[in-house]
Amino acid sequence: MNEVYLIAGMALVTFIIRYSMIAVAGRAEFPEWLNNALRYVPPAVLTAIITPAVLMPDGPDIKLNGTNPYLVGALIAFGVGWVSKNLLLTIVVGMGAFLSWQWFLSS
Amino acid sequence: MTQATVYREATASPLSEFLAGARNTLPLIVGAIPFGIIFGALAINSGLSFGGAMAMSLFVFAGSAQFIAAGLLAAGTGWPVIILTTFVVNLRHVLYSATVAPHLRPLPQHWQIPLAFWLTDETFVVVAERYTRSSALSYTHWYYLGSAIFMYFNWQFCTFLGLTIGQLLPNAAGWGLDFAMPVTFIGMVIPYLKNRPMIATVVVSGLVAVVAYPMPNKMGLMVAALAGIVSGVLVEAVLKRQGAHE
Repeated sequence: MNEVYLIAGMALVTFIIRYSMIAVAGRAEFPEWLNNALRYVPPAVLTAIITPAVLMPDGPDIKLNGTNPYLVGALIAFGVGWVSKNLLLTIVVGMGAFLSWQWFLSS
Repeated sequence: MTQATVYREATASPLSEFLAGARNTLPLIVGAIPFGIIFGALAINSGLSFGGAMAMSLFVFAGSAQFIAAGLLAAGTGWPVIILTTFVVNLRHVLYSATVAPHLRPLPQHWQIPLAFWLTDETFVVVAERYTRSSALSYTHWYYLGSAIFMYFNWQFCTFLGLTIGQLLPNAAGWGLDFAMPVTFIGMVIPYLKNRPMIATVVVSGLVAVVAYPMPNKMGLMVAALAGIVSGVLVEAVLKRQGAHE
């Protein structure tokens, strides 16, 4: 029974958040400065997710060296993405670099 | 994303937009696959039933919140606290909602409600890129739908895989497949690094996210994103002023 409450509650809060501003915009047009600021949302949110995941993969300590496969994989992915501008190649090479570095460290 | 987006605007139709949206989401699907499988595998061990895990993917459809919920359940956390945590973790979607809102404004509610339900990180970034290009024929909601449906069915399929064959893989969560999400997002950020305001946004958001990481319930993410957005706006304003004085 608790599972039903849990899933219904999670579904409800998630939908309310996703629908919130769409409902607001239906009643009033956003000012120009706000629309301008919203152009920065994608890079801002994505980067805020990336850096802790890459620099502190096991919690609060920052690991800025070669023993951190997340950092190595991220740097290689960034290099490949910057040069190739190809998203799929970036993901595949980055993931491959990460997995092989992790394997290299554990062997 | 660049070469695939070259299609003739003049011949755009609901179907061509739908397919273009799905096609441009394909690379992100690659990153989402391991994520979905690990969620399925984790969910069973966290105490969720098979049906409960599947229902969570079907009705909540929020990857990182589902992950955190499974972790909290495994730790014996009560459902009201998990719902509250879901709210905080998903707050970033307020920003996504605000960004797509002006474009969804002309649509009837039977479009707005499903498109809002299907708003994920991945679909948001794909659609935000589409909005920066001309939309004279404005079938962009079909583009959005193509991306969203592809993400949604992939998530259901991967959850199911994780719940079934995920059990056969020993300690799947410990393989480091969680790197799939950051590496996908790195690829998604790169196209934005075209001018100084955007670079300021990324640098500030990235640094603040690390410094603010200890904040409870991943609130640091929101603080960092807002700091990044403000930095971009400020740098843009300063550059504009300099340009006006020259």
